[in-house]
Amino acid sequence: MSNSVVAPEQKEKQRAEAGLKYVGKNLERQEGIPKVKGQAIYIDDIQPEGCLYGRTVRSPEPRGEIVDIVFEPGIPWDEFVIVKPEDIPGENICAMIKNEIPFLADDEVKYKGEPLALIAHEDQQMVDRAINHITVKMKTDGYPAFFTIDEARSKQQVQYGEDNVLCSYQIEDGDLQAEFDKADLIVENHYKTKAQEHLYIEPQGIIAEVVPGEQVTVRGSLQCPYYITGALANLFAIDETSVRVIQTTTGGAFGGKEDYPSILAGHAALLSLKSGGRPVKMVYGREEDLLATTKRHPSDTTVRAAFDKQGKMLALEMDFALNGGAYPTLTSTVLSRGLLHSFGPYNWPAVNLQARAYMTNSTPFSAFRGFGAPQSIYALELLLNEAAEQLQLDPAELRRRNFLQPGDSMPTGQVIKEQIDLEQLMDRALEKIDYRRKKQEFAVFNRENDYKKRGISLATFFHGSGFTGDGEEKLASRAGVKISSENPLEILVANVEFGQGIHTGFVQIAAETCNLPPELIEVIEQDTDKVPNSGPTVASRSTMVVGRLVQDACEELVEELKNTAGLPDDFTTEDFLAASKNYLNSYGELYKEVQHHDPPEEQWDEENYRGSAYSGYAWSCDVVAVELDMIDYRVKITDFVSTVEAGQLINPDMAAGQIEGGIVQAIGYTLFENVVLEEGVMKNNHYADYIIPTAADVPSIDVEFIEFPLKNYGPYKAKGIGELPFDGPAPAIAGAVALALDKQFITLIPLLPETIHDTLSKLEETTDA
Amino acid sequence: MPEKLLQQEIKFELNGKPYSVVTHPLTRLLDLLREDLGFTGTKEGCGEGECGACTIHFNGRPALACLIPAAQADGAKITTIEGIGDEDELTDVQEAFQRYGGAQCGICTPGMIMSATYYLENPDSAETMQEALAGNQCRCTGYKRIFDAMEKVLKND
Ligand code: FES
Ligand code: FES
Repeated sequence: MSNSVVAPEQKEKQRAEAGLKYVGKNLERQEGIPKVKGQAIYIDDIQPEGCLYGRTVRSPEPRGEIVDIVFEPGIPWDEFVIVKPEDIPGENICAMIKNEIPFLADDEVKYKGEPLALIAHEDQQMVDRAINHITVKMKTDGYPAFFTIDEARSKQQVQYGEDNVLCSYQIEDGDLQAEFDKADLIVENHYKTKAQEHLYIEPQGIIAEVVPGEQVTVRGSLQCPYYITGALANLFAIDETSVRVIQTTTGGAFGGKEDYPSILAGHAALLSLKSGGRPVKMVYGREEDLLATTKRHPSDTTVRAAFDKQGKMLALEMDFALNGGAYPTLTSTVLSRGLLHSFGPYNWPAVNLQARAYMTNSTPFSAFRGFGAPQSIYALELLLNEAAEQLQLDPAELRRRNFLQPGDSMPTGQVIKEQIDLEQLMDRALEKIDYRRKKQEFAVFNRENDYKKRGISLATFFHGSGFTGDGEEKLASRAGVKISSENPLEILVANVEFGQGIHTGFVQIAAETCNLPPELIEVIEQDTDKVPNSGPTVASRSTMVVGRLVQDACEELVEELKNTAGLPDDFTTEDFLAASKNYLNSYGELYKEVQHHDPPEEQWDEENYRGSAYSGYAWSCDVVAVELDMIDYRVKITDFVSTVEAGQLINPDMAAGQIEGGIVQAIGYTLFENVVLEEGVMKNNHYADYIIPTAADVPSIDVEFIEFPLKNYGPYKAKGIGELPFDGPAPAIAGAVALALDKQFITLIPLLPETIHDTLSKLEETTDA
Repeated sequence: MPEKLLQQEIKFELNGKPYSVVTHPLTRLLDLLREDLGFTGTKEGCGEGECGACTIHFNGRPALACLIPAAQADGAKITTIEGIGDEDELTDVQEAFQRYGGAQCGICTPGMIMSATYYLENPDSAETMQEALAGNQCRCTGYKRIFDAMEKVLKND
């Protein structure tokens, strides 16, 4: 038996020489066959015996005090289970980052639609009828409400702290004044983005069962099983291990099922407890889902930047503001990520970047793919295009002159250690779309045509993988792999599959490390009684952080088999299976669990808000061509090219599927998706009134991956990509529209036809005046 | 409840087998299929005829089960995703969706496959593939790989 331990560098080398067998291949989706056959079980497909259906009584006013909840006559209320805040056994607080969100509002209501009480009945039609026969009486005198960043900033009313600021961050670097003094050009503008609805096609849903004296069990459509165990432990004043959370097939999430399911699970569980332990099902109809659940934060950003006449970037000043809504939710981390992406992949000698999120009486805003970065990147990238026009430089050229290079520092002090080549990334995208030729042709086209105008533009950007700052270190995720009597290899993680393909990726990583065919590997279901806490399925972290844990756990398992079960150093699949059998016969099951620690060179100083904000970044360039109809102001995307660097791809087809899907969702954000907020809630809360891209709207999207030779920490050098594709389309499209409009920049998205029309009329008025 | 008085017997053929159910004539066909008969492969995304997740074949043509009252199903021939192909085998369309990444979260997939199957069998029913699928919304894929899968079936790959 050989016990020689191979040094990690040596191992890397051996692997590189051997070539990868499973990583980098297009393995088919692990859970795909039940999906295409209609056999996958989603939460609404489950009808437990004796189940009750729950509904939520909501506040009719954005702010005030509850005076009375009147259950009107004509409904057999004695047949109902009714839950009010006084029925809560533990704390009426849904623990997120700051513990400030009640499961049911008690004294003061802070937004319209806020949950106040719960009802349940075994007849779903009855409960749906009953919910319309409850009147909530409120005192609103003395409780004025406000809904916008401007109102919050004005401090005419203060509802949170001293200034309505939920949280704030700042990055300062270099000598700002000195750089501004040197400037040949200073450009300043103001950008706004609106809320966006996730519109996962499967609405939120949970089934809970709380038999008094037994474990609390929750099943549902969700991203973060272990967020719910924590939230419910607090709600019921029980130990976290007494809460069991099981994820059901999840029909889309995009961040929308990160925190909200904790609230919904609490509601269903409270009803179940009060009913004496009957299962309670709460699946939102579309209207309620649109009305009640979180959305992307609206933003309001002022950017001011200085350049010299060669187009060198000198200084960047930014005031980045988010509307946080009535409660803090995950806003502080969204704001932080937004700020840490606000300076883009450029070398700024000096910056002063401020970020603040404001409390308002709107439905809380929270996680959505991109997590604050799309808003800040939109502002920066569009401003760069304006600056390029004023400098009479091509926007690509302006970027080229300022790209970060290996060894450069970001304004946070983080040094770029990988061999990035952003010029190559951008040039490849420009070449693929035939940028120069198109740009010339469009200029001619626009001179000759009055009713159609064309434009082309780009955005370059990055997205950090994993939790921000020291988030991963604090999370200290654990993942395990096991050789069991049932399966040659099991993967035990809490990260859920919601379409992104992560389980297939984990299987490929484990297959590679153990030299085992994927069909012998099983991902154990996300049931908190079965899997360790490998953290939430968010923040583009699953591939890079958890995938790495899977790889490490597999390596430990292989080591163990080498040491105890006769596995040779250079082993075949048959060797692995034989050694596993040996081990099982002699010692029983073999389980290896590993825990995450940030690499020592990747440290973050939260107090000074400096250091390594993310231990891996994915890089990308989007180039977009549009045609604008000057009669109805509709924007048609004619070409879309995206080049992406995300390290080693675990599964190239699935990675491309993520990029394409993210781009289309971002096209919706930029061009169609209009959340109309009235008194802080979504007024157009019908599916028909919220337009998302359909099969007939999407352009052909050309995605190409390139790989920088690099040093990074992910499994087989992979990085996260789930959110990256959301960051670029908005500024690239808005830049292209500006070019079509002969350099008139529109700084508000979505670019609805009426937005374009109104802005142009206003611009005309100002020029006429 | 008064609704009970309005029950009606409805007979139809579902996935090749005859069914007879007694229900309120205004029960949505979607609920009848999912809740009363347990065919949960047909999904609900909006309940208002917008998303296409509930697409079935009704008398041979794609239709939205959330918009059809049960009474209208009397005498109809209905196929749901469960009636496409047989138990264990995948149809060409299902196979292509699986191979080329046509399904991500999968919630739109049964409805999408019903529409795609109809179009591939009746290519004259729509001008383009895009148009054939315009009533089926997918929030995950960006549609590209769904089109790819359909192209492969058309080309018989
Ligand atoms: S559920 Fe029928 S179209 Fe959406
Ligand atoms: S695969 Fe998720 S909605 Fe289509």
